Amino acid sequence: MAEVLDLKLTDLEDFACCGFPVKSTDSGASLVMAARNLSIAADRGLDICSLCNACTSVLTEANRELKGNKELRDEVNEELGKIDMEYKPGVKVKHFSRILYEDIGPDAIKERVTKDLGDFSFSIHYGCHYLRPKKIYEGFDNPEDPRTVDELVELTGAKVIDYKNRLQCCGGAILGVEESIALKMAKEKLDNVTTNDVDALITICPFCSIMYEDNQRKIESNFDVEYKLPVLYYPQLLGLAFGLEARKQLGFRLNKVRPEALLKKLEGDE
Amino acid sequence: MIETKDLDPNFKYEVARESGGANIMQCFACGTCTAGCPVRGIDEKYNPRKIIRIVLLGMRDEVLQSDFIWLCSTCYTCYDRCPQDVRLIDIMTALKNIAVKEGYVHPAFREQARLVGTFGRLYEVEDYDNKKRKKLGLPPVKKTFEDVNLIARNSEIKEMIE
Repeated sequence: MAEVLDLKLTDLEDFACCGFPVKSTDSGASLVMAARNLSIAADRGLDICSLCNACTSVLTEANRELKGNKELRDEVNEELGKIDMEYKPGVKVKHFSRILYEDIGPDAIKERVTKDLGDFSFSIHYGCHYLRPKKIYEGFDNPEDPRTVDELVELTGAKVIDYKNRLQCCGGAILGVEESIALKMAKEKLDNVTTNDVDALITICPFCSIMYEDNQRKIESNFDVEYKLPVLYYPQLLGLAFGLEARKQLGFRLNKVRPEALLKKLEGDE
Repeated sequence: MIETKDLDPNFKYEVARESGGANIMQCFACGTCTAGCPVRGIDEKYNPRKIIRIVLLGMRDEVLQSDFIWLCSTCYTCYDRCPQDVRLIDIMTALKNIAVKEGYVHPAFREQARLVGTFGRLYEVEDYDNKKRKKLGLPPVKKTFEDVNLIARNSEIKEMIE
């Protein structure tokens, strides 16, 4: 999908965890792990395109703090020195959706759309860390009323359907701590989204997708409800608008909630 | 019932010295954090304003041994809306980090630290995963990262890894 937009993505095999999962146990170690990834990208002369909201916020925050705080930088470099690495500023960190919005732009993307999705309606879940903490994102989008992903969905011709409490957190970060609370958080969102007739929920973070997609059946059985709401990762949707093949090229075989009805509707359009 | 003799008046300074805890005493208890908290909306046992208050009161053991400090979903709504710039997420992180040093770690976070410290990511990659990736036309991923393991061994999570 990125190739259609002439975006060249490089897999860095030495990239490891961003550090977010250990922040609660040792925020210092989390920062060193984030700095390690930044250092690997710097050595290769590459910027970072992240696909998960939490990775985006942790790497962006680390970059910002290390650039501006020499004392902290020295501490982190002491730890990185033990693995023969050093933090170097200059690497840009951006979420894939932000790259699409800022560096390519909705108008330029729209020029590549070959399949109008005008018959489709979608609701969007932004996810917290794409927008917050706002100070690290330097004015990108409005965390209280975001628009960027709305525009990215609208450029496919599809309608975006607003819903109650659309900024509510997915609860993913506490899924392992107290599952019942996390699932209730996700349930509220699924309830609110399915109040309207939408073809799918669009996410931009794989971890949010775990809550709404991988856990959807569990929520249905725990609470005796039924949603059967397909959850698509935004690049899957954009890929459809680019005319790419859903199962072979866009991973629709991997979606946990079968998007068959949506694909049938798409084929019926042709 | 709170007995003043059980309170630790220095706890708030201890939290303020910990990374992320610096602004705790700026709280004027307006409750904006609690009003916008998605976890509080589901379960009353998690109440950010109350947590700040009991830290300021010095109820050290109640805080560090509690389950509720691990329930922040890190959505940053309170963080961005706080009129006093208390930076509540950072304070929750500071409280959890202090709890870890005292030997209190929620099992879920102990497991996360074990996985990341041992394998360099949140799950253990098996041969099967790389076979599946190959089928999808994706390059293989590394199973372990010695240098991440070393970072973990030099940190507070060293006791939690293999």
